[in-house]
Amino acid sequence: MKEEQFLKLKEIVSNYLPDDVSSEAIQRESNFLEELNINSANLVDIVLDVEDAFDIMLENEDMDGMQTMADAQRIIQTKLEAK
Amino acid sequence: MEDRVVVTGMGVCAPNGIGLPEFERALQKGKSGIEFHSELEELKFSCQVAGKPNVDRIYLNKYFTKVQLKDLNATGVVYGVIAGTDAWEDAGLEQNMENPDWDSGVVFGTGILGVDKFREAIYQVDAGNVRRLGSTSVVQTMASGISAYLGGKLGCGNMVTTNSSACSTGTEAILMGYDRIKSKKATRMLVGSCSDSGPYVWGGFDAMRILPRNYNQNPKQASRPMSTTASGFVPGSGAGALVLESLESAKTRGAKIYAELLGGSVNSGGQRNGGSMTAPNSEAIVRCIQDAVAEAGIHPNQIDVINGHLTATSKDATEIDNWSKALKRSGADFPYINSFKGFFGHCLAAAGSIECVGALLQFRSKQIFGNLNCEDLHPEIEKKVDPSRIPQASLNIEPKIIAKASFGFGDVNTCLIFKSYTN
Repeated sequence: MKEEQFLKLKEIVSNYLPDDVSSEAIQRESNFLEELNINSANLVDIVLDVEDAFDIMLENEDMDGMQTMADAQRIIQTKLEAK
Repeated sequence: MEDRVVVTGMGVCAPNGIGLPEFERALQKGKSGIEFHSELEELKFSCQVAGKPNVDRIYLNKYFTKVQLKDLNATGVVYGVIAGTDAWEDAGLEQNMENPDWDSGVVFGTGILGVDKFREAIYQVDAGNVRRLGSTSVVQTMASGISAYLGGKLGCGNMVTTNSSACSTGTEAILMGYDRIKSKKATRMLVGSCSDSGPYVWGGFDAMRILPRNYNQNPKQASRPMSTTASGFVPGSGAGALVLESLESAKTRGAKIYAELLGGSVNSGGQRNGGSMTAPNSEAIVRCIQDAVAEAGIHPNQIDVINGHLTATSKDATEIDNWSKALKRSGADFPYINSFKGFFGHCLAAAGSIECVGALLQFRSKQIFGNLNCEDLHPEIEKKVDPSRIPQASLNIEPKIIAKASFGFGDVNTCLIFKSYTN
């Protein structure tokens, strides 16, 4: 995935980090819930922000499979290629 | 042996002051928080004045996490979390970061929560965009959202709930917390209530034609409890919070004590004998006051000050009559009485809790706060109560026992009896 796209995703995800987790913690493979300590309810907000930022639409199944930054990047890439 | 219950912390987010020092000064000096709102004019409200806490200058990151602040559009939650967090801090209590405190709970009431958030949701749903609602639509609009935000922030592991009884909500929440401590099911209870601001909350009252229409150019004069020219209540909003605690716990912690809550009573007039969905059954009010006095174990003559419900409608005279009947006191023998609604209007579900905070500040400041806008006392009130008992400005008289009552739609009533605390 392009660096530009990773940074875009990182910026979105950083909005949902708990106050005691720095955005430096977001790596290409980070697990949203287990490593970044993001509240599972906020995954739907991340999905909505990703849709807006990348101008794509994610299905419920896409969200189910989105556990890590790597998952998200792969899904975004697939959607962008299908456009 | 039952536990005695004392107040060890308070917080307030009121239209005329946020935080205890500012709110106390406003009540002492007669500073009104009622303002003209151009939004209400644009929406063609008859009453375009209202009381709304000015939270723009409050640093909200002190009260909410960054994630919570994102898309937060529920004024009641903002007011309630400010008041509740401040009360907890004022009581000298820590936020429990690791484990819940099983002995601390929350009863924080509201009438309707997150109305602006709900409006957002309605537009999305109607447009077929339900999937775009985001994750916080539910927690910002569920009634118990306010107790959930507070319970989570403070780590309370006892009962965490929200009560709702219209304009009696805040006072009722305090009594519910009191009962919980009294029956030894909790040691500390954060109690209070909040009410959202804005046209979607206030509109229904405007439609009922029970708000004043002739003060849009003079907002500070609009709310006139006990006045001959009272013409309806000014809608308000905000939140008030108290930390109730067993006396034993308060002493062990060396906490400061604002007052002792001697007891209280809650009842309903059953919407019979003059009572209705919107009007109180006077017999029920008299009983409620008398039951509270009995529960508190005091003689009615011991009450120095009444902080009334007194919304600034034609019912004010009836309320005074009910107090007089319940306590069997009148004329110059009537207790001092005040209504804080002249300062910030009727804060609906938040009224009882904000007004209790104000009432208790009278112990601390050794004063009886004055009334606003009742220079022209209603003649029916003057027949019952000597005007000297209805102060127009704050008096330097130290109260010992204060009675507070709130009455709400649905014909529901709550009365509390507070006593100053000395070691």
